[in-house]
Amino acid sequence: MPEAVARSDLDALDRRLIVATQAGLPRVSRPYDAIGEALGIAGEDVIARLRRMLDAGVIRRIGAVPNHYAIGYTANGMSVWDVADERIDELGARVGALDFVTHCYRRPRRLPDWPYNLFAMVHSRSREEVAVRVAEIAVLLGDACRGHDILYSTAILKKTGLRIAG
Amino acid sequence: MPWPGGGSTPVVEAAAAVPDETDRRIINALQGDFPLVPEPYREVAARLGLDEAELLRRLDAMLERKVLTRFGPMFQIERAGGAFVLAAMRVTEAEFERVTDQVNAFPEVAHNYRREHALNMWFVLATATPEGIAETTTAIEAVTGLPVFAFPKEREYFVEMKLHA
Repeated sequence: MPEAVARSDLDALDRRLIVATQAGLPRVSRPYDAIGEALGIAGEDVIARLRRMLDAGVIRRIGAVPNHYAIGYTANGMSVWDVADERIDELGARVGALDFVTHCYRRPRRLPDWPYNLFAMVHSRSREEVAVRVAEIAVLLGDACRGHDILYSTAILKKTGLRIAG
Repeated sequence: MPWPGGGSTPVVEAAAAVPDETDRRIINALQGDFPLVPEPYREVAARLGLDEAELLRRLDAMLERKVLTRFGPMFQIERAGGAFVLAAMRVTEAEFERVTDQVNAFPEVAHNYRREHALNMWFVLATATPEGIAETTTAIEAVTGLPVFAFPKEREYFVEMKLHA
């Protein structure tokens, strides 16, 4: 991964470009020209700045975000695990490398309500399939894991993506 | 902004908007690496054997039907000085709709899911500065009257939200 870009590495125009594109790209033949027109710069400058932000990791990727329910992934299970602190980084990396895990993070426990420190999101076409995959994670974690749970989603309440103020 | 026409999209509603084979090919082709060239849609359409107008029409239609939730750059706001945090609340059934509306009204709430657990509302906050997270969390607690459990990421092991359609 490239080094994190300091806030100061993004100039005012980059920030305006983020605000102008965070809701999405225009669906017109020359979308970068259209964005440039709104910002008062050339389309090729929009392309160059987006390229730079991609290379720096400020943009993860440019593309479509499907509604996972609509494309058949009706079972979305957030699996959460209580993993021994001294082993979590080694094991977290291995869980994250499983091909069915879409996001994998270490997060703080909130005792006594929440003993889990490893979060691994599993998207599948059924809860049975999620359960099979979660069992695979359990095998991988072995006795380093003291407990786990699966939180299935039952509704998307909002999904707009980020909206920072201009 | 909440979803137009209501606070949530239950599974059953989304099932009505099933994409056809061409839509699925478009979704699979567009999950990353959208070209940074003057006429990117034309390039993608050619790759898929479609014409540009049809690709644009189908993209618009999938966004309209919410088969796609968005199309564009995915920002990693932490690398631009901002912050993302996962947060959760425990909300009673009687209050669920009110609290959903209150939470979703914050532009800092990027997405929000209902989940089966005592902590049953899980949302992601995205703010332009790290301080914005604490401010927004406090504001959500004040408006809803409920505690917010914040789960900042301490380490990212993997993120790649690409699903084969």
